[in-house]
Amino acid sequence: MRDTTTVGDELTTDTQTAGAPSASKHAKPAKKEREASLWSDAMGDLRRNPVFIIGAVLVLFLLVLAAVPGLFTSGSPFDATACKLQDSLKTPSSSHWFGYDIQGCDVYTRTVWAARNSVIVGITTTTLVLLVGSGLGLIAGWVGGFVDSVLSRFTEIFFAIPVLLGGMLIMSGLQGNAWTVSVVLATLGWPQIFRIMRSSVLQNKNNDYVMAARALGAGTWRITVRHILPNAVAPVIVVGAISLGVYISAEAALSYLGIGVQPPGISWGLMVSDASVRWLQAPHVLLFPAAALSVTVLAFIMVGDAVRDALDPKLR
Amino acid sequence: MTIIDKTSNVPAPRSAPEGTPLLEVRDLHVEFHTRDGVAKAVNGVSYSVNAGETLAVLGESGSGKSVTAQAIMGILDMPPGKIPHGEILFQGTDLLKLPAEEFRKVRGQKIAMIFQDALSSLNPVHTVGAQLGEMFRVHRGMSKKDATAKAIELMDRVKIPAAKARVGDYPHQFSGGMRQRIMIAMAMALEPDLIIADEPTTALDVTVQAQVMDLLAELQREMNMGLILITHDLGVVADVADKIAVMYGGRIVENAPVHEIYKRPAHPYTRGLLDSIPRLDQKGQELYAIKGLPPNLLNIPSGCAFNPRCPKAQDICRTDVPVLHPVTERDGADLPGRTSACHFWKEQIHG
Repeated sequence: MRDTTTVGDELTTDTQTAGAPSASKHAKPAKKEREASLWSDAMGDLRRNPVFIIGAVLVLFLLVLAAVPGLFTSGSPFDATACKLQDSLKTPSSSHWFGYDIQGCDVYTRTVWAARNSVIVGITTTTLVLLVGSGLGLIAGWVGGFVDSVLSRFTEIFFAIPVLLGGMLIMSGLQGNAWTVSVVLATLGWPQIFRIMRSSVLQNKNNDYVMAARALGAGTWRITVRHILPNAVAPVIVVGAISLGVYISAEAALSYLGIGVQPPGISWGLMVSDASVRWLQAPHVLLFPAAALSVTVLAFIMVGDAVRDALDPKLR
Repeated sequence: MTIIDKTSNVPAPRSAPEGTPLLEVRDLHVEFHTRDGVAKAVNGVSYSVNAGETLAVLGESGSGKSVTAQAIMGILDMPPGKIPHGEILFQGTDLLKLPAEEFRKVRGQKIAMIFQDALSSLNPVHTVGAQLGEMFRVHRGMSKKDATAKAIELMDRVKIPAAKARVGDYPHQFSGGMRQRIMIAMAMALEPDLIIADEPTTALDVTVQAQVMDLLAELQREMNMGLILITHDLGVVADVADKIAVMYGGRIVENAPVHEIYKRPAHPYTRGLLDSIPRLDQKGQELYAIKGLPPNLLNIPSGCAFNPRCPKAQDICRTDVPVLHPVTERDGADLPGRTSACHFWKEQIHG
């Protein structure tokens, strides 16, 4: 036995050393080939898509604006002495590019600072919606049966509430700020993600590779995380990216109605609302926050659209 | 090197004394409860496999061959499916009585399965290296690096050229035959004692079929594994199997050593299957086909399930379910391992 073992070991080492150079020879040209996976294809698509590039640059700019508004303006909207009533509704000038609002505050400073709330609402709401919606969707789709029925009916109750009406109802009893608005929007928005996640889990769980994984001894948790989730996550990301812009505009709508972000908090919706009473006299007060809002929503939707095209070319 | 030890220590399978077989299925029943009623997919199947032995389970679609395999693997979908009775003894323990977690540990380590369609059986979002390595990481707790090295070794073993370069490729970048080799590698990864191959070559090109079968047989010999080969292709079976079980309507209708069955089938259904293979010496003639359709599992014909399609059916076939009769020579001499579930097996085998 001992003899065979040593001979065998030599044999294996021989084949290994012989195999190594030829394998590395093969490895070189293979490196040059582009890796064709869903995500690398998607990244390639995105890098060449002008819609994505423009959107991404705008989004990046907005993120910086939201994180450090001080970079772009020396004033602060929370400085009560900064606003002087005699400046009320003054038109744009070289020192105050966006002019003054009714209260005599600098519109530029307020517009810049308001970006933060919009970005907070957009990102927080989307994160919450993705976590809750895909978590519950995964459970419903994977466990099925009674659990699925209960979760689905529960979801349908929320799905039946229009986001804006429901938002108005709930917000009217709450202290309005970016965080409460996010939670309320997420409460009403998760059913959409739930449905997508659930259906794509159902679609994927009957695939042969799930059965194969089971046959090779994978447990439920591993199958869910390693095999179901990565295959089901693409459509969820697509919808999440697109709805980010939608949540930002929903926040603006709620704030416009006076039940979103409350003063002294600032929001583009709130600014538009304040300006709307005198907009014929001073259209610039309305125009600048409205434009900022439009550009922001547009940027997020452009990115979302490009991501959708890259991840699911059939949807185009 | 353990392989050498194994094969030298374990006696050749066919001369093995009676002990417990590697796997023994006893009187297995599987039902599916559907809206239209109870579909009886498997009705009392018994078979056994020893280490190093190959059992071919033959039958057309819906004969219950795959369902039996899924029951052994414990991957039947268990609300619609149900196992009212039966035993699946693996190395002496009844798998059906094991707690779910214990059973899961058997899968992959002791029993593994190869599926028909390798493309859909591999996860499209992970590289083959990751999927092969996962076996070692999960069951053996290896590091990512070691697991990848093992994956390359396995790919070499199933003769995938340039394994080192291709370990990072995705399943769709491989050809059908190569993908099936990866499936085989994955099933072999933990050197299980039993492999169930569910139509492993059906989705492959004819030219590749033989290569994959040879590879499977070779690995089986090396590791002295039991192999259950599920197929409807009599051509695939002849070279690799030791014994054959023919299934029809959820029951085994004939058991025989592989070469005997080609010479002298003892059941009209087996006869029909053999006659429907195209043969060179019958060029120009119309190919035989078994008339009719496989039985509806919701409503299996009374008596012998094959009676509506059987050219030799008599009255008794419509009333009495035939048991598996031991098949003997004309003079009553034993034919080991041969049984037939036909009332007229004597007429069938001896003319």
